[in-house]
Amino acid sequence: MNIVVCVKQVPATTEVKMNKETNTIIREGIEAIINPFDTYAIEEGVRIKEQGGGKVTVISMGIPKVADLLRETIALGADEAVLLSDKAFAGADTLATAYTLSLGIKKMGPVDLIICGKQATDGDTAQVGPSLAAKLGIPHTTYVRKIEEIREGTIRCQRLTEDGYEVIEMPLPAVITVVKEINEPRIPSFKGLMKAKKAEIPVWTADEIAADESLIGLKGSPTWVVSTFVPQHNVNSEMIEGKPEEQAKILVDKLLSLQLPLSK
Amino acid sequence: MDYFFTEEQSMIKELAARIADEKIAPVALEYDEKGTFPHDIVTVLAQSDLCGVYIPEEYGGLGGGILEMAIVVEELSRACGGIALAFAATGLGSFPILLFGNEEQKKKYLPDIASGQKLAAFGLTEANAGSDAAGIQTTATLDGDDYVLNGTKQWITNGGEADTYTVMVCTDRSRGPLGFTALIVEKGMPGFSFGKKENKMGIRASVTTELVFENCRVPKENILGREGMGFAVAMKTLDRTRPGVAAQAVGIAQGAFDYAIKYSRERVQFGQAISSFQIIQHMLADMAIQIEAARALVYQTCRHIDSGAKNISKESAMCKVFASDMAMKVTTDAVQVLGGSGYMKEYPVEKMMRDAKITQIYEGTNQIQRNIIALELIKESKKKQ
Amino acid sequence: MASIKITDQCTGCKLCLKSCPFGAIVVEDKKARILDTCTLCGACVSSCKFEAIDFTKEESQAADLSAYHGVWVFAEQKDGKVANVAFELLGEGTRLAAKLDTKVSAVLLGEGMESASKELITHGADTVYVVDDPKLRQYNDESYADIFVQVVKAYKPEIILIGATTYGRSLAPRVASVLNTGLTADCTGLEIDTQKRELLQTRPAFGGNLMATIICPNHRPQMASVRPKVMKALEPDETRQGEIIVPDVNIPTDTVTKVLEVVNSLTEKVNLAEADIIVAAGRGIGKPENLRYVEELADVLGAAVGASRAVVDAGWIEYSHQVGQTGKTVGPKIYIACGISGAVQHLAGMSSSDIIIAINKNPDAPIFKLANIGLVGDLVEILPALTKEFKQRIG
Repeated sequence: MNIVVCVKQVPATTEVKMNKETNTIIREGIEAIINPFDTYAIEEGVRIKEQGGGKVTVISMGIPKVADLLRETIALGADEAVLLSDKAFAGADTLATAYTLSLGIKKMGPVDLIICGKQATDGDTAQVGPSLAAKLGIPHTTYVRKIEEIREGTIRCQRLTEDGYEVIEMPLPAVITVVKEINEPRIPSFKGLMKAKKAEIPVWTADEIAADESLIGLKGSPTWVVSTFVPQHNVNSEMIEGKPEEQAKILVDKLLSLQLPLSK
Repeated sequence: MDYFFTEEQSMIKELAARIADEKIAPVALEYDEKGTFPHDIVTVLAQSDLCGVYIPEEYGGLGGGILEMAIVVEELSRACGGIALAFAATGLGSFPILLFGNEEQKKKYLPDIASGQKLAAFGLTEANAGSDAAGIQTTATLDGDDYVLNGTKQWITNGGEADTYTVMVCTDRSRGPLGFTALIVEKGMPGFSFGKKENKMGIRASVTTELVFENCRVPKENILGREGMGFAVAMKTLDRTRPGVAAQAVGIAQGAFDYAIKYSRERVQFGQAISSFQIIQHMLADMAIQIEAARALVYQTCRHIDSGAKNISKESAMCKVFASDMAMKVTTDAVQVLGGSGYMKEYPVEKMMRDAKITQIYEGTNQIQRNIIALELIKESKKKQ
Repeated sequence: MASIKITDQCTGCKLCLKSCPFGAIVVEDKKARILDTCTLCGACVSSCKFEAIDFTKEESQAADLSAYHGVWVFAEQKDGKVANVAFELLGEGTRLAAKLDTKVSAVLLGEGMESASKELITHGADTVYVVDDPKLRQYNDESYADIFVQVVKAYKPEIILIGATTYGRSLAPRVASVLNTGLTADCTGLEIDTQKRELLQTRPAFGGNLMATIICPNHRPQMASVRPKVMKALEPDETRQGEIIVPDVNIPTDTVTKVLEVVNSLTEKVNLAEADIIVAAGRGIGKPENLRYVEELADVLGAAVGASRAVVDAGWIEYSHQVGQTGKTVGPKIYIACGISGAVQHLAGMSSSDIIIAINKNPDAPIFKLANIGLVGDLVEILPALTKEFKQRIG
């Protein structure tokens, strides 16, 4: 099994702190981490390898510094990691990102399974996985909570839905995006960390993946951000006090007066 | 403060801290409440390679020393002093083999301990041999190629969970402490069983049982050193592991302090966070001062031992006494900073206070430690004259 | 290739620093410098009073956008029942279509779709494109995307709105990728720039801490997904007329993705994403046995049961109940947070609720800062009292 795991670098916190004087976002001191959802993807890839053999390659598109995070994935059990990095990739939206990743994956040779986290915590779009599958012309399943079986070139997995789950079977190669429920990511081993320190992370540029420059970076991105702003939560909090029975009565009075859909 | 760790030591500290924060902290209160053994955490520790930090690389370890062991114990204890003990007590059970084992014994027992596949335990205490270790009544008599053991060890940490036990037995009652011998006993050897599991005040995630020997046959090649060396094995082992208890105390105190200062910033009374009151600020400052002083002493003692120094009993006892008394005081103050909440089981500090208490008692009570220190000091003074 | 440069006109005034959402500008030696972390979003350009930011966004050869007309809504259905979010999007689509002076249509794929088609018309669809086939009975990413793309290519809509449900969030990016067009996820606000006929799509990022407005200027259709409960459906009107079109599409027979089984889990009585009321449990409930107080209140209110990550991680309730950044994003009319302290990750999943009621023992819990109504006290006492009171008053 050749398994590819796609990861993204995100800020460690989604809490945007504002400098009140200048009305700017405070970015200093915010650590960059691997998108938390992608850690489940890495863990699942490594587990599949440990059970059935194969190789796990991690891929990411990002600035050169992302190589440090990719090195961490080696400590978590990945065999190799590749970084797609080029100034020409800057400004990519999900479509251009999916295209770029698809070229990086194609360059690796035959791949059986591609695993992504269900979404990234900075953008929350959940679009790159399915978009990547379309670019590669292979099937995909999102929100996978369990892989039931991988056998004879097919994967059978459970997709989480609003009402429960579905059991879906696809031929490989295929893309899955995984939810947190699928596993509990391991903590790296000391020896893994030592190996990761020494690991070489190849960096592939736009030329090396033979990218069409009209399809990468900002130019290849149909969507443009035209403005950003911080939403203001102006909440008038009202505290209800008293004994539990009194609190309950006041709350129910209040809600009923608002004509909310309270009855079944 | 920068303690000038090597890069590897810093990595060990970071890794142990991650395990503490991500894996142990979320389950610490539950294990404390239930008093069950944390097998899942032991698995995490095994996967991390940290079980072997103090074991030489040739036996599958990471080749560190007492300092590396203390770093791990401290970090794990920040989250739970009880869970940390599965690791620390394995160290106590392993040091007799590290110090006195022959090549075959080391090859046979240490790799499994280093990989975390097996835990170890140390069997010294008995009903009538506590502070007075010379009161050991468990006997071993040579019968053919085996020693035959009879007697009961009490309050043994990791009892039942460990596979490898280093046990002090009496092979010649007439010689007093010089008639003691150290043996390696494996779980499953005929005649070796475990008695009742103790219900403890603190470190409840750690398991403590009796070791019961009823005509238990142990091959004579399992002897550590020679007959009559048991007391020396025990004392030299404890000299090296007391800094581990001290590190546990520092970790517990740090965990309590961290919680107390965070709480003081969130808790509002008289219209402001209680951290804005000078009385709380001074309590916090005093707690931090004591923790840092103890930590510095622990690390320096570890380095002193790791340097190969010969006379380490006094130093090792000093750091254990200082750190454990400090932990008792700091955790008590942490409960005080939290006030009524501190006394409640929903908050972690009362557990830390219960956990801290044992560090003043086990591996030699602080009273016995002071005896050791005082006798050493007097001996040194005599030499100078 | 797009590029950004600071010209000599720069005075080092630092005005641009404020405008950069990515913190990718620094001022050194009285001159601004763009860092590697720049994403070429262009937000800084207009902030510069000295026109010192030279930003070129090479326009890709503008495709003929004028061929695209109309606002489309993907009408998600399950077992023949149209999802509420489709009606909500028709409501929003009607508003947008009016501004563009065009029509709003629904695209419906499934089996036995006759009544569903009519229902879409009563909810505002001028046209319903229906592909009715036994092979489409169950949602399937591969076949649905394939057919959707065919219909889009044939009829060329300028805007497509898709519900950000499990299916919608899977289908939309696959379709957009094949069509090579832009897609904006989880929009909370949609407007029209009538001059340019552009859809202004506003969406939260960074767990809702930052809002971004996004356009798709050179590609059509402009695709956006919207979460349930964000938009308002029109009142159904039986007299509304609409056209039903059956597009000529090739229904794939060799779909390799197979849905073998659909399991509706029993523990979750109400779909969290669609629920009007959610009663959610946090660590403050103390022990798993106390979950019943939450469930009893939910029962009386016909509400769904949510949970914080701590409760799920402790194994007290299934992951499917988890609300927050690593769980589900919800937007009910009423959200009752029981013993939830209000970690930012949790707030990210429920802060768009209309009314937030927080019940917590700790008066300093951050949840109270966001809550419209707060009750300080012991859940074990308050919840049964509330359940009793509601039972008497609305039972």
